[in-house]
Amino acid sequence: MREEIITSGRLNHLIDPQLNIWHWHIPLYLFLGGLAAGILFFAALFTILGKEKEYPTAVKIAPFLTPFLLMVGLVALFLDLNHKLYFWRLYTTIRLESPMSWGAWTLMVVTPLSIIWCALNIKSIFPNWDWKYQWVWDMEKFFRKNLITISWIMLLFSLILGVYTGILFSAFNARPLWNTSILGPLFLTSGLSTGAAAIILMSKNSHERHTLARIDLMLIGIELFLIVHMFMGFLASTQVHIEAATLFLGGPYTTPFWLFVVTLGLATPALLEVLELKGFKMPVFIAPVLVIFGGLMFRFIIAYAGQASRWLY
Amino acid sequence: MRYAMAVDTKKCVGCSDCVVACQTENNVPIGFCRDWIVEVTDGTYPQLEIEIRSERCNQCANSPCVRCCPTGASHYSEGGVVLVTPHKCIGCGACIASCPYDARFPHPDGYVDKCTFCLHNRVNKGLDPACVSVCPTKCMYFGDLDDPNSPVSKVLKNRKHKTLIPEAGTNPHLYFLI
Amino acid sequence: MATSRRQFIKISALGAGSLALAGTAFELAKGSSILGKISGEKENGPLRTPTYCEICFWQCAGWVYKDADGNIQKIIGNDDDQHCNGRFCPRGTGGVGQYHDEDRLKTPLIRTSEGGKDSFREASWDEALDYIAEKLKKIAAEHGPECVALFTHGSGGAHFGHMLKAFGSESIAAPSFAQCRGPREVGFLTTFGDIIYSPERIDIRDTRCMVLIGSHLGENMHNGQVQEMSDAIDKGATIITVDPRFSTAASKSKYWLPIKPATDMALLLSWINVIIENEWYDKDYVERYTFGFAELKEHVKTFTPEWAYGITTIDPNIIRETAREMHNAAPSVIVNPGRHVTWYGDDTQRLRAVAILTALLGSWGRRGGYYKPDKLNLPSYPVPPFPKPKRSPIEAYGGKYVLANEVVANGLCDATIPTVTDQCNFKAWIVNGTNLLAAFPNQANTMQAIQALQLLVVVDTMPIELTGYADVVLPECTYLERYDMIRNSGHRQPNVALRMPAVEPKYNTKPASWMAKELAGKLGLSAWFPWKDMEELLDWQFKQVGTSLEEMKRIGVKNYPREFDDLYFSPGEDVIFNTNTGKIELYSTDMENEGFAPLPVYTAHEEPPEGFYRLNYGRAPMHTFSRTANNPNLTDLMDENVLWVNPKVAKLWGLENDQMVKLKNQDDILSTFAIKVRVTERIRWDSVYMVHGFGHNNKKLSRAHGRGINDTELVSRVHIDPVMGGTGMRGNFVTFITDFDMSGKEAEA
Repeated sequence: MREEIITSGRLNHLIDPQLNIWHWHIPLYLFLGGLAAGILFFAALFTILGKEKEYPTAVKIAPFLTPFLLMVGLVALFLDLNHKLYFWRLYTTIRLESPMSWGAWTLMVVTPLSIIWCALNIKSIFPNWDWKYQWVWDMEKFFRKNLITISWIMLLFSLILGVYTGILFSAFNARPLWNTSILGPLFLTSGLSTGAAAIILMSKNSHERHTLARIDLMLIGIELFLIVHMFMGFLASTQVHIEAATLFLGGPYTTPFWLFVVTLGLATPALLEVLELKGFKMPVFIAPVLVIFGGLMFRFIIAYAGQASRWLY
Repeated sequence: MRYAMAVDTKKCVGCSDCVVACQTENNVPIGFCRDWIVEVTDGTYPQLEIEIRSERCNQCANSPCVRCCPTGASHYSEGGVVLVTPHKCIGCGACIASCPYDARFPHPDGYVDKCTFCLHNRVNKGLDPACVSVCPTKCMYFGDLDDPNSPVSKVLKNRKHKTLIPEAGTNPHLYFLI
Repeated sequence: MATSRRQFIKISALGAGSLALAGTAFELAKGSSILGKISGEKENGPLRTPTYCEICFWQCAGWVYKDADGNIQKIIGNDDDQHCNGRFCPRGTGGVGQYHDEDRLKTPLIRTSEGGKDSFREASWDEALDYIAEKLKKIAAEHGPECVALFTHGSGGAHFGHMLKAFGSESIAAPSFAQCRGPREVGFLTTFGDIIYSPERIDIRDTRCMVLIGSHLGENMHNGQVQEMSDAIDKGATIITVDPRFSTAASKSKYWLPIKPATDMALLLSWINVIIENEWYDKDYVERYTFGFAELKEHVKTFTPEWAYGITTIDPNIIRETAREMHNAAPSVIVNPGRHVTWYGDDTQRLRAVAILTALLGSWGRRGGYYKPDKLNLPSYPVPPFPKPKRSPIEAYGGKYVLANEVVANGLCDATIPTVTDQCNFKAWIVNGTNLLAAFPNQANTMQAIQALQLLVVVDTMPIELTGYADVVLPECTYLERYDMIRNSGHRQPNVALRMPAVEPKYNTKPASWMAKELAGKLGLSAWFPWKDMEELLDWQFKQVGTSLEEMKRIGVKNYPREFDDLYFSPGEDVIFNTNTGKIELYSTDMENEGFAPLPVYTAHEEPPEGFYRLNYGRAPMHTFSRTANNPNLTDLMDENVLWVNPKVAKLWGLENDQMVKLKNQDDILSTFAIKVRVTERIRWDSVYMVHGFGHNNKKLSRAHGRGINDTELVSRVHIDPVMGGTGMRGNFVTFITDFDMSGKEAEA
């Protein structure tokens, strides 16, 4: 029998007996970031494709959620900090090797973009909106003239934001479960999928809903594919990675992961979307709600399970 | 200059003096510690062996914590010692999650704290770190790896040693004599 | 009060005022930590004061450092001190915690009884001491002053002891003898005519082979010994450890002999047999210095390794091999006499076997074996001669334990319980710095004695089990806040060390020296306390040995050259030993005269019944008995004891790591609290192990209350050593109770 114990009573708060430094704040922040990235991605995409008319919800309505999503996410991040008064230090330096720094600066770009996007589309919600000041009108005019450029920038940064939500975890060599580069594309796909689901929920246009359902179905397919790959990667890797995968394959996170994320969050909505596309009548909100729920659970489970995974020594 | 420490697992009895000495020297709050003792027992009665290690921040040359710090609060100081500047630290926890040795913790005042090798309060004044100076078994050696006559260089030259989780690629400056 | 049963009083019911004050002081002390950091760095600055440690009885000398605000920050060793060589152990380093502990006793307390319910009331020092003086005078008048006993373990004992002698009693005892190292002192005294002392006179630094028998150095953190063992390992010394548990020391050893518990005597006898049969003993030494070799040789003839194998389960070849290792290293070999050796009731005989082995290997008086410690002749402050008590303490246990060279504490305890024949039962106890309910086995017996007392005064820094039964509680300030007597210890070089206050006493606490002097005044014994204060007393004494209080405040420790170059015997030196024969008595005439076996014999000890396991207990490096269990710095390292269980046993009982269990012993005594299981290969399948000193049942100890099990309450069967009264405590067996009420039994009240 091998016994490995700390005998000097180490009980550092949030570290022992198992790392517990990140609670609900970080997974919520990542989930909201992913969701916002997804919505903004589709808004920019359909604008670049010149299909604003076909997909009015995706382009003009859903993006109104994103400033709030991002700000709630930032508040969550802020609440997570242990040394809050020094928050501003994030913006006194750019650390290229630090995903946290990347995230802070990405949000610094994406949040204003999302607000500009909302401003450009404010009349679709308040048809009688008046900016009151001439300089605001001038700015609106400027942005509208460069809408395609802005769309490209937003498309790019929404992708960066989506990938970042995964990279934040995967950059940690110390936590084997997180330390897989698949987490970037996986969280991006999940973000896009929840974004599409949010648009479906808000859309009153059945053509738009069906197109996005088809896209979502494809994204769910990709997600499942990536999840399978993630496990294949782990199981073919070192003992620490095998043990990390075991958290989901018989370990304490097995039930939550396979039930909430895979079954309820991916497989069920995929089935429902297929049935709906085939013409079965059912309440349209079930599938997208499940996708969003699954996306949220996924972030939480990865955040907590990752902290439980460690190097053997 | 590369400061390093070597702990003789053959001599360490795990008395934890290093832990208390660090606590009183560095005003580490009650309930927290910057160093700790790990005891590994292998075998079946009566074929047994034990390795006892006094562990702390590994002062890695390739520190994941410095890399992932978004503000530059975690940095390399003199002799490669990794330090945290409290007034730059936002307490995001990224460095804590990044450390494979779980050597860092959030100080009750908010910033992230860890072993400093007693750089400013002792080593720069020519003293050994508190843990080294107090150890009753004299199982710890400290010094500059670039100085072949430093206690740590000499003992590493003569004794078989290892680092913890070398496969994590962190290049620790905390060695264990085995 | 003598007629009513003494109820346990929880001090928690007391004075919110003093508690609130305590809180503030603690916060203040912590708040200035940054300042402390800055000033604490001045290693030689004016802010350090000398002390010697009181956390254990090794008494290392060190320096107390304060920050700019005058708060104690850290304690580090004095480089000139032979006890610590500049390095404190974890307990000494954590000594600051004793000062900062907010659960300390804060003000004198007097028991009051109202409507059948006892409680404590806060009292002034004058009131408390008047109360004690009045009671003592009454007891002296009715029963004689010798009916007052002092139990002490610590520096306060010198002051109260001085007072008690002036009062007319010599009944002063420490549990460190009959509950701890007594058998070894008597075992060596009857063999070599001299004792081991503390710090032990063993030359570990230069040894080439050390044998540890149940002694777990490293876990047992006697500083100098641990340091020297580490040095010896560095120099390639062979360590042989005999222990049923794979102790830390065992893990550092070349040979670990996982002996069946309670059979050490058989191993020792067979080692003697092997060494004699192979002529591996030091022939010149044996011939020159010893008495009774022929008898010994005849006696051990049948104790072959094969004979011992059947008893100890140790491979006969290993017995031979380890004997050869000793022989090869001789005379630089130490068969370590250990410290806590009151195990099975035949302990003096076992230590006699150790002493015999030591003599055969010729290591007494030799480098790497036993050296001769030298101690300064330090004059006492002149006082009138003490009155001669009508009875000496040994009369209390009438005719028993005649070979005991110190007062047998449990003998005094037993003599407190009224009997028909005893004319003097003790009527009053003063207890200083020892928690007798954790120190004495068989708690029911101790309780019976306590119930019979007319006065119980407890002097301590912390509320402990015993304070709950006191009539008067006197809060002592910690060692960091007081002067004490000069530490004058025997070592390789004579030396003295000073303890002085680093800070003023916190709360309404006082030094024992002050209490004893004040109380003496109230008892009309001022003639024996002629000095103005401790400074005057210490300065006078220091000046007798060529130094002064002023100098000692600067240097802390002063080492003196040895008067003679007699650390070891010189080759062929004629030595007269302080025994009846003037020789090292392999065959003990003292033992023979008192009707004990002159040569040690093996007796089989009881084995655990089915479903029971031998209860073994020991030390952790970060704690001293039960006295440190609430120290904030040390509880940070270890805040409860755990129960070591072999995996096979765990499987049998379905026990898992961290599962809480209670223990029940052979006499159906159930532990008050539960303990966490630690499943480990390091323990044999026939025993369980825990660290002594936990399971405190005083709620006022906020960090220690209810943490782990107090092993003492399970030691109800005591095997008394007939030679010197030692309380053998390792013959108790426990079984696991997994189904119990988690709330635990509360303190009786």
